Amino acid sequence: MFVFLVRRLFQAVMVMLAVAFIAFLMFRYLGDPVNNIVSQDATQEQREEVRQRRHLDDPMIIQYGRFVANAAKGDFGMSYRNSRPVSALLAERLPATAELVLVAALLSLVLGIPLGIYTALKPRGVLSQGLQILSLIGISLPTFVTGILLILIFSVWLGWLPSFGRGEVIDIGWWSTGFLTLSGLKALILPSFMLCLFQLTLIMRLVRAEMMEVLRADYIKFAKARGLRNRTIHFRHALKNTLIPVVTIFGLQLGGLIAFAIITETVFQWPGMGALFIQAVNFTDVPVMAAYLVMVSLIFVIINTSVDLLYNVIDPRLRADPTRASGRGA
Amino acid sequence: MSDTSFTGRLRSFADSDLFYSFRRSKTTVIASIALALLVFFAIFAPLISPHDPFDIAGLNLLDSELPPSWLEGGNPAYLLGTDTQARDVLSSLLYGLRISLLVGFASVILAAVVGVFLGLVGGFVGGIADAIIMRIADVLLSFPAILVALLINGVMRGILPANQQDGAAIVVLVLSIGLTNWVQYARTVRGSTLVERQREYVQAARTIGVGPLRIMLTHILPNVLGPVLVLATINLGMAVLTEATLSFLGVGMPATQPSLGTLIRVGNEYLFSGIWWVVIFPSATLAVLVLAVNLIGDWLRDALNPKLR
Repeated sequence: MFVFLVRRLFQAVMVMLAVAFIAFLMFRYLGDPVNNIVSQDATQEQREEVRQRRHLDDPMIIQYGRFVANAAKGDFGMSYRNSRPVSALLAERLPATAELVLVAALLSLVLGIPLGIYTALKPRGVLSQGLQILSLIGISLPTFVTGILLILIFSVWLGWLPSFGRGEVIDIGWWSTGFLTLSGLKALILPSFMLCLFQLTLIMRLVRAEMMEVLRADYIKFAKARGLRNRTIHFRHALKNTLIPVVTIFGLQLGGLIAFAIITETVFQWPGMGALFIQAVNFTDVPVMAAYLVMVSLIFVIINTSVDLLYNVIDPRLRADPTRASGRGA
Repeated sequence: MSDTSFTGRLRSFADSDLFYSFRRSKTTVIASIALALLVFFAIFAPLISPHDPFDIAGLNLLDSELPPSWLEGGNPAYLLGTDTQARDVLSSLLYGLRISLLVGFASVILAAVVGVFLGLVGGFVGGIADAIIMRIADVLLSFPAILVALLINGVMRGILPANQQDGAAIVVLVLSIGLTNWVQYARTVRGSTLVERQREYVQAARTIGVGPLRIMLTHILPNVLGPVLVLATINLGMAVLTEATLSFLGVGMPATQPSLGTLIRVGNEYLFSGIWWVVIFPSATLAVLVLAVNLIGDWLRDALNPKLR
């Protein structure tokens, strides 16, 4: 177990260094950083002076080391476009994305598990069949189309829910939360539902498949033979074993939620990190792109590593096999 | 089997297990018809579309924001209505479909070529080359594809001067989607190459002094290509979707040369003026296209190679 832990942590550090290297290459070679510092009509001498003062003429490996050291302190320099420290920009946008992702993740569990259980217990029911078809459509519709449809129905036609922004937010220290106001909560409903839809269908299908599998197992037959009530069998005995893979998939998909928040934030003009990143891609704001990349990678690596470790704790059968599941595609 | 004439081949295909399983699956038949129609519309868009959406002189602002022709106030000349610039929605839709499919096919081909080549090299050469390729693949796989595509897109925009970005948008898109999706091909091909490398025909080729590149391309490649075709079909849906997403996010096709995703993004800005048809028709087309490709891909995967699941 200890060897596994060390190896897994070493892998995680290597991935982060590789990501930091890509970010560094973007930072250093995507356009001349000197051009982004000096004014348009600076002379050659002035440029050279800036180059030396900022140590941009040092050997690459030293510059990379400095980049990693600064990144570890959370210092990614100034945004080209907003002329503000990137770390401040990201910190300002973090609460919006974190709350959106959190609510979406919870929604996918709270709705996905019961629906999965229901469709497993009554596979031939009309509602189950309907849900299966609905989930197929939900997966096939591009997420931004789902979002637009939600806006069209609930904001434009029915006028029930707001279609953009976070509503009123309350600042608690540097964290701004939308959880404490009615308009903030209302603003969360559509975006979080759009974001969770893919996850929701995934968890529903997973729980359904696992549950049907478990219900055929011998120990369930014995439980029935012992005369236990259906509810006890389904929820105390079957559900427990169903949830192991759900934990893993859920963990791995958290990273996907953060990436897909980019799309949700664009559709609902949600002032989060994803919207900031899209803006950066559009205007080639390299420091912001690099910082976002490093930050999201860090979150991914932390999630993936802890899921791996957790999986080893939960399910001893997997300790021999180091291969792991990966996140979902586009 | 020896009958190699066209009709003979056609007959043997009609008798094959593959065609049987195709006929049996109603959804696949419907999906194929839908896809064939969409591809047909896309190829012949300039001939079919009732108006030329790029011909500014032909636009009459009096005709702007017309609803679809079957609704009140609709004009039979504009079947699916017009947008705020008086462009015919149906025509821009057909041209958009063309660009979406073009980017989709091109990026799948790019991803397949890159992936197959790297997989062959990794599997056949082994050693450090293999280790490097597979580590890169691992890192790429641990990130959602959309994020990787966005990043490559951003980097290439940074390399290009600003005034050339719109013109090169197709190339940038194809590269960013293609370079994101090669990993699966590489992994599959590497796996089968490792097996094929041990086979006698490869040993024989080596013994008579055939060079490694030639062994890879003419001997091993044909034997590892089967799963690649299945992967390519499955990936086409993904590629079309990624293109639409990037265009929707505003980092894909420009509004002067719209794909389906761009049309949806532009239409989305006018959602609140009540002209829903500008958004709904491109969205529906995109959804049908992706759904059709995915259904065909799933069927092909199950019918040809159960191991790929």
